[in-house]
Amino acid sequence: MSKRRPYVRSMDGWWKRDAYFVKYMAREVTAVFVAAYAVVLLVGLVRLAQGQAAYEGWLAALKSPLSLVFHLVLLATFVYHTWSWFNIMPKTMPIMFVGGKRVQPGMITGAGLAAAVVACLAVLLIVRGVAS
Amino acid sequence: MTDTEKVIEIQVLRYRPEQETEPVLQSFKVPFTDDMSVLQGLQYIKDYLDGTVSFRWSCRMAICGSCGMMIDGKPKLSCKTFLREYYPAGLRIEALAHMPIERDLIVDAGDFITKLESIKPYIIPKEPRTLEQGEYLQTPQQRDMYEQFSSCINCMLCYAACPQYGLDKTFTGPGVLALMHRYNADSRDGASAERMDLGYAHEGFWGCTAVGYCSVVCPKGVDPANAINQNKMNSAINYFTRFVTPKGGTK
Repeated sequence: MSKRRPYVRSMDGWWKRDAYFVKYMAREVTAVFVAAYAVVLLVGLVRLAQGQAAYEGWLAALKSPLSLVFHLVLLATFVYHTWSWFNIMPKTMPIMFVGGKRVQPGMITGAGLAAAVVACLAVLLIVRGVAS
Repeated sequence: MTDTEKVIEIQVLRYRPEQETEPVLQSFKVPFTDDMSVLQGLQYIKDYLDGTVSFRWSCRMAICGSCGMMIDGKPKLSCKTFLREYYPAGLRIEALAHMPIERDLIVDAGDFITKLESIKPYIIPKEPRTLEQGEYLQTPQQRDMYEQFSSCINCMLCYAACPQYGLDKTFTGPGVLALMHRYNADSRDGASAERMDLGYAHEGFWGCTAVGYCSVVCPKGVDPANAINQNKMNSAINYFTRFVTPKGGTK
């Protein structure tokens, strides 16, 4: 008879075991905030369809102190979301060569972040143009 | 002349199935010098303090992949980690995470070995060549496509770093998937389609959620997270084009 009795350790609380896992979970959880903001925008669209009064009510609600705090929280999580996903982006790309040299991971992350900044500025400029 | 002898506390997670129902920590005081690895610390324990402490090791120079263990909670090769880094606080050594403990610091690697064999980790030539026809030629760039992934020493640190493997043992896991990619990405190999039945399956590339810790702990710079995640794109393309390709793509 075998005397083997392999011991299997529990996975309970695994994500708290290492700071790396906490950062990973933070990256994943920011997706919930992205979804929450999508809901905010969708509500706005529904209110717009219901007429001017409804839409202006939604706009007023956005200006409440609670809503402003919520949006600041959203902004912070979006920044982390953007940074953390572009940080992992080099892992998702095939090995690329430019001019015979391998494209370094920092280059891919940097290009992603730069694109995000440019896109944000473009949206801000467009919104300002529409508003004025 | 050796350095003045210092003493460090090493806690070892013991599990002797014939006498313990669950693992327990045992503490040892080990004299050490600055050039001593954690593995040498364990060898000191086995030689002078307690001969029953069990652990795997062989080459002492980070090439055999035998001495992986959790050192202060991080998967590391004990031959490549030095006691001085943990002085004066001391350190805790445990068997590699996510694998069953067979005894003390020895894990049951059976699951890993079975998975490794399943992906045909060897070159299956595109076209058979005779000796007279000469060698299979490859450009430096073709070699660059797989070279880093070929550095794997099967030490399983990436498995101990992968929570997805810890949570679901059906996941093929980082090291084996990286080796699958290593052979698929080799211009001399022609067996990609056979291997990809496993790669594109639920247990393959899609079991990975891009935690990325496997690539951090890898002692050989293999970057399994990259090997796996670049294949998700291939897998998605394969999934959507299988209806229009003559062969029907991979299942």
